[in-house]
Amino acid sequence: MTSIRQSWSLLTGRYLRQLYRQPAVIGITLTQPVIWLLLFGALFKKVAEIPGFGAGNYVSYLTPGVVIMTALFSSSWSGMSYIEDMDTGVMDRFLTAPVRRSALITASLAYQAVTTVVQSAVIIAIGWGIGAAFPGGAGGIAALIVISVLIALAMAGLSNGLALLARQRETLIAASTTLVLPLTFLSGAFLSLQVVPGWIAGIARFNPVNWAASAGRIALGGHPPWGTVASYAGFLLVALVVTAALSTRAFRAYQG
Amino acid sequence: MNETSAVEARGLRKSYGSRAAKVRALDGLSFSVAAGSVFALLGPNGAGKTTTVRILTTLSRPDGGTASVAGIDVLRRPGRVRSAIGTVSQHSGSVSLLTGYENLVLQGRIYGMPRRELRQRVTELLGQFGLAEAAGRPARTYSGGMRRRLDVATALVHRPAVLFLDEPTTGLDPEGRAGLWAVLTGLAARAGTTILVTTHYLDEADKFAAKIAIVDRGRIVAEGTSDQLKARLQGDSVLIELGDAGQAERAGKALAQVPQVRQTTAEGGVVRARVTEGPRALPAVLAELEAAGVPVLSVTVARPSLDDVYLHYAGRSFGQAEGSAVA
Repeated sequence: MTSIRQSWSLLTGRYLRQLYRQPAVIGITLTQPVIWLLLFGALFKKVAEIPGFGAGNYVSYLTPGVVIMTALFSSSWSGMSYIEDMDTGVMDRFLTAPVRRSALITASLAYQAVTTVVQSAVIIAIGWGIGAAFPGGAGGIAALIVISVLIALAMAGLSNGLALLARQRETLIAASTTLVLPLTFLSGAFLSLQVVPGWIAGIARFNPVNWAASAGRIALGGHPPWGTVASYAGFLLVALVVTAALSTRAFRAYQG
Repeated sequence: MNETSAVEARGLRKSYGSRAAKVRALDGLSFSVAAGSVFALLGPNGAGKTTTVRILTTLSRPDGGTASVAGIDVLRRPGRVRSAIGTVSQHSGSVSLLTGYENLVLQGRIYGMPRRELRQRVTELLGQFGLAEAAGRPARTYSGGMRRRLDVATALVHRPAVLFLDEPTTGLDPEGRAGLWAVLTGLAARAGTTILVTTHYLDEADKFAAKIAIVDRGRIVAEGTSDQLKARLQGDSVLIELGDAGQAERAGKALAQVPQVRQTTAEGGVVRARVTEGPRALPAVLAELEAAGVPVLSVTVARPSLDDVYLHYAGRSFGQAEGSAVA
């Protein structure tokens, strides 16, 4: 049935319309990364001078890190829409209509993808404005945006799954903050893994946020080794499939 | 399965919670709803009404029993049931940030309605539910009554054969309640829509539902029209208002001496007795109360109400049952 195939795009349209009705949310989402860029840019300015850091200009190093961090932060709240829909009876109305559970998941992820693309593009533009250099050019920038979408979708799947299982804002907020900050700081998002303690570098190797930050940074550099970027992207894709499967299963638990 | 019944529930069982602390929500619940009628599931909070509706609308699966909606097996073909039903949950169900118009259009498109037909249908519903002027405003700006009307309109966009409403009038003012009921009874009469409503308002079920099923502790304890249910009680209701609420137990014992008195319950300072031939038994009732030294403020004889029906079948008054569910 065509109606079922299209329902995810209808629901994505609904999310975008809601966002459009909340200009304050758009403003905050776009202002936050600017603060991160300026704040961390000033705070860690001198670290680029540490021998072995491997990047001449800290803003160039920081920009892909902030792109990935922002994608992660925003998408970690993805499940809040599910909780809102559960509280207002909207979720039950969709579940009693001919809407597949997969369409509800796809709609949420598609919406997350759209907002992440816009957010990442804005951050990259601001980074360029305050002096970041992107030797990788347009191809590198496009690759960074794709990578940011992959990590956002992996996180959104997890957030949606947690929302369906916990069904409470408080639980989701606690879980998100507990997860997102360590994931960010146990990665090379802000500091080169060459200059952090060995155990952090060790953990970072298994951290999807680090895969994303590394892949993005490599892609933005001059003559990127695309094979490395692709393999990181492949790992992220696996993480995405795992969390999407988790949220599908969580739907079944929700309907028990 | 009966062809004229739009909803059939047979022996539904459902428990929640762990094995150690199991709550039995449904305990062999059965009923059937005639097509094109308004049917009320009446019961106190916690009786199992919402669980029943969740099972019939494919949101939850029973541990045992069978159910069909519009002739479709709910457990085997939930997808086909979803195409045939409309639902209004206890919570709104409308998207707050979308306008009334957008909510209705989204629903119609989810059901795959062709655009032109959908536009006509939405305009028709907005008019019918008195929402034409508010159609361009986000639903969150609506009053409680308007919001509820939008919820019902949304559930009707795709012309469902069966409409389920779970406590639709909770939180509405008397005017809003009356307005919603007028819409529902009109729908059943004109469009032939089968309507299943849950409510814990006795007066609503009494006035508006063609048939009532009384739910208590996960079972249907009585089913029929309001008049049938009351007629089955054979007798009248005598309400005695006591001068001292502390004397209720004593009054009950005194009343037990009267041969015509069948059942008594006390709630606050009011004792309610079910009596055969109420007017004729009244002198004996008063004499026993006086002999027991129970002060009486007033005595009323009335035809049995749904309250009495509930009391008779559930063994406790509706108010007590509500109290125990909340506690």
